[in-house]
Amino acid sequence: MDLDSLQKKAEQDIAAADNLQALDDIRVRLLGKKGEITQRLKSLGAMSADERKMAGQAINQLKQVIQDAIQSRRAMLESAAVEGRLAAEKIDVSLPGRGQRSGGQHPVLRTMRRMESLLKQVGFSVAEGPEIEDDYHNFEALNIPPEHPARAMHDTFYVRDGGYVLRTHTSPVQVRVMQSTQPPIRIIAPGRVYRCDSDRTHSPMFHQIEGLYVAEDVSFTDLKADLQAFMNAFFESDVRLRFRPSYFPFTEPSAEVDIDWASVSDKHEGGWMEVLGCGMVHPKVFEAVGIDPERYTGYAFGMGVERMAMLRYGVDDLRLFFENDLRFLKQFA
Amino acid sequence: MKFSEQWLREWVNPQLDTDALCEQLSMAGLEVDAVEPAAALFENIVVAQVDAVEAHPDADKLRVCRVSDGREDLQIVCGAPNVAAGMKVPLARIGAVLPGGMKIKKAKLRGVESTGMLCSAAELGLLEQAEGLLSLPEDAPLGQDVREYLQLDDRIIDIDLTPNRGDCLSIQGVAREVAALNGLPFDAPQIPAVDAVHDQGLDIQIDNAADCSSYTGRVIKGIDVLASTPLWMRERLRRAGIRSIHPVVDVTNYVMLELGQPMHAFDLSRLQGGIQVRRARQGETLTALTGEELKLGGDDLVIADSARPVALAGVMGGLDSGVTAETVDILLESACFSPLAVAGTGRRHKLHTDSLHRFERGVDPALQARAAERATRLILDICGGQPGALLQAGVGAGESTEITLRQARLERLLGFEVPAEQLERILASLGMQLTRTAPGQWQVLPPSFRYDMQLEADLIEEVVRVYGYDRVPDRPQRISMPPMQSSESVLPLQRLREALIHRGYQEVVTYSFVDPEKQAALIPGKEAINLDNPIARQLGQMRTSLWPGLLEVLTHNLQRQQGRVRIFELGMRFIAQGDDILQQRVLSGLVYGPVLPEQWDGQLRTADYYDVKSDLEALFSMSGSQVNIDFEAAGNDTLHPGVSAAVLRHGETLGYLGSMHPRYLKKYDLSESPILFELDLDALCNVPVPHYESISEYPAMRRDLAMVMPDEVSTARLLKCVSDSEEAHLVDAFVFDVFRGAGLPSGCKSVALGLNFQDKSRTLTEQEVDAALSRIQLRLSQELDANIRG
Repeated sequence: MDLDSLQKKAEQDIAAADNLQALDDIRVRLLGKKGEITQRLKSLGAMSADERKMAGQAINQLKQVIQDAIQSRRAMLESAAVEGRLAAEKIDVSLPGRGQRSGGQHPVLRTMRRMESLLKQVGFSVAEGPEIEDDYHNFEALNIPPEHPARAMHDTFYVRDGGYVLRTHTSPVQVRVMQSTQPPIRIIAPGRVYRCDSDRTHSPMFHQIEGLYVAEDVSFTDLKADLQAFMNAFFESDVRLRFRPSYFPFTEPSAEVDIDWASVSDKHEGGWMEVLGCGMVHPKVFEAVGIDPERYTGYAFGMGVERMAMLRYGVDDLRLFFENDLRFLKQFA
Repeated sequence: MKFSEQWLREWVNPQLDTDALCEQLSMAGLEVDAVEPAAALFENIVVAQVDAVEAHPDADKLRVCRVSDGREDLQIVCGAPNVAAGMKVPLARIGAVLPGGMKIKKAKLRGVESTGMLCSAAELGLLEQAEGLLSLPEDAPLGQDVREYLQLDDRIIDIDLTPNRGDCLSIQGVAREVAALNGLPFDAPQIPAVDAVHDQGLDIQIDNAADCSSYTGRVIKGIDVLASTPLWMRERLRRAGIRSIHPVVDVTNYVMLELGQPMHAFDLSRLQGGIQVRRARQGETLTALTGEELKLGGDDLVIADSARPVALAGVMGGLDSGVTAETVDILLESACFSPLAVAGTGRRHKLHTDSLHRFERGVDPALQARAAERATRLILDICGGQPGALLQAGVGAGESTEITLRQARLERLLGFEVPAEQLERILASLGMQLTRTAPGQWQVLPPSFRYDMQLEADLIEEVVRVYGYDRVPDRPQRISMPPMQSSESVLPLQRLREALIHRGYQEVVTYSFVDPEKQAALIPGKEAINLDNPIARQLGQMRTSLWPGLLEVLTHNLQRQQGRVRIFELGMRFIAQGDDILQQRVLSGLVYGPVLPEQWDGQLRTADYYDVKSDLEALFSMSGSQVNIDFEAAGNDTLHPGVSAAVLRHGETLGYLGSMHPRYLKKYDLSESPILFELDLDALCNVPVPHYESISEYPAMRRDLAMVMPDEVSTARLLKCVSDSEEAHLVDAFVFDVFRGAGLPSGCKSVALGLNFQDKSRTLTEQEVDAALSRIQLRLSQELDANIRG
């Protein structure tokens, strides 16, 4: 076969190769060790110098042409293979991800953690204590002797024939801390508390965060400023608060604090809603725990966490928090 | 306490409308709970007189009345049994609107025309129920609007008083407060003493002055049994929420509301001999006014005559010595019982009365004689009768305690300055007597009714209360605290929570009290703490485990088509240990249903022990690699004995994990057992601070061993046996396959072990590694009968 025919045939074959394997077979047949072009190059050795130069040039030229043709065909086939693969591997990207879904936090505890973390930023550390308390820590050390009318405000659960109580507030934690630590003290006591009362707006178990700050010159103005700053941070707005005189045996002066709903969220109507109780630590409490009331002053406050969660998330029924219906809970992931 | 606004304004009348007055009271610590109109809306009802009453021609129970309203004469058909010629009554004219919106129109009743309606107290919305027409006083002016005549455009203010403000449980007390807040003068009205017209007395003895500082009595003889309480007094009582009972009783209640002194009246003919204020003797009883027989004891303070107790002091009188419609002679009581003497009485006898409410909080010890004079005057005016002399026993009020007040202390506690003159003015307005003893220092003598003033802090509170909490400035935050203690060897709970949440668990909060019966069945062998006063039987016991609560959450959600439940709770459990109460923080979880949520390419495999175990292992991995956790088959009565484990750390039990025992399936209506875990949180969170170990630069060499071994030997034992070999270069050993079945001797399993060998300073030789492997093989064979699978 002359070179022209050979070239023509090779070009036809290469163009017809429809996959990389077929193309490679052609390459071997032409350019492999025993390939037609290779054979022809080997046969050059038997020629005279002039013939060899002529023929060699022609064959090498042909070899180059074939190599280029194969190369270009390969690139084409490779690209087609990738295209084909891409087409075959196309997925529905809108299908959901595979595997475990995340669970979520309980809304009350989510709220409590948020309150804790805001208060920690201003130097409060967390203190904890038992939930079954003795009468001394829950009442007497807090200036609530037996038969004090304030006990009626507490609806106390008793255990062991009245020997112990389920703590009615987390104030006993404050007592324990003050008994074991000298000022300055700046703590919060978050946790479960219990009152023997159950209806739409009262749960026999709920959560409180109480704060205590005792140092050499803590004043009522500090209390007001700190609570205002906390509420602004918690609700992320300029919250309107109203401090109203009240009575707790363990603080004096004492205040209840109302919040103006409308300043919390534009979803609320205006109107005052009680959110916390607070005051300056009563000198008798300092005396009971061995802190000099002449040297130190302090403030204390207590907030209901459920109330804050209801205000923040618009929950309108307290009981939902303890039914633990997953359809309710998962809204607060 | 509820009271009529008009009544208060008779005592002190600031230039404030009702809303502003209520706001002022609330902001002074006398929280206004509610304000209601004294009467529902109605119009065009006037005072009228019934001139004549005739029978209805066609109805037995109806009467035809001629009525005049000062403008015209009307014919009105009336069904009230008490209608009588000459009486004055409220008349709803044609066009009148009754409470509730009913309009009065001309009507025919059984054929007789009626041009208006005569009204009862109930029809005017004054009482829930009334029998017959409201009889108005004879001097009521004809034609006057009844709203005007009865002063019904009044409001009932309900204030919620804190226990320290017993002094405000009266019109007088609230008026004093309002006067102080508005800078108005307050002059208690003069109450002239009543002159005695006979000398009948009665012996009064007080056993213990600590129980009763004063007891004032008065005998009034010959009261008119036909007298009735005047309408104005009934109205004031009604607006305070007190029912009219008998003129004498009404007067005692009226004086209690007016002055704050609880009073009682005895039927003198029912008393034997003198009276004595004493503790009850064991076994004595008293039939209270309510008819209930009270069993008395030494904690109860009573009023007794020479034979028996006749009243529970400060709480309630006895039925058989009380005033009745036949009573002619009375003994009036106005006493001061100490809060401690009456405290607890209400709880013991399940009684709560207006009188007790006041004595528990304290009654002005200087008020008794004044109140007795006031009540006598009212009784004489209403019922007539002859008063005796005022009988007085007891040590009396005694002096109030003087308190030192320092301006510097006040400013330190409040954080701002209150000028001395303002401070003096505020305290004086509250009835305190001030003597300046040094610049910025006073001796303060509180009035007898402010027995709550004991300490300097009490006075400081009064100053800032009247000054106004809303005027207290905010001081910018200025905190100087050392960084809070935070130990790195305590794992933050938040990390555990978040790990579980990311692994698909929902956090829940369940009650700390549970159903005692269900708990006893589910968690046998733990001594639980019962509540003395649960709100319900099924919430009667403190939980000894969080599992009962979690199972309730499971069934609640299964009933609501939530078939896949993965929940956890952090909280306390409570276990009685003799006299001690163990309060342990635990982390508990429950997993039920498919391991993954239903999805497009997964098979719905039910979560099992190993799925949950891997969740726990994720938690333990936070404890650091140095901490060894073991899972050992061990008994927990709640769990399936074959599919449960005790979780141990260095031999200490942290808790349990396993499938719930199938015996509970039916009780909880479950088709499969949930996987449960409960771990001691304090132990779990106690973690070492990490300590760096260098990493080898040289390659590790892996060898695999396929061992055939008895089925009952756990893989944990296998791995422990390997690690106990203490091969110096063995850095890791793990199981990568477990196989049971064909080709193995019965009772055996095949376990594939992967072993990695490495040295930190050089590359190990094949020979060294193979020698170590041989030693391990030998050890496994000897100790566990585990041999190379051949």
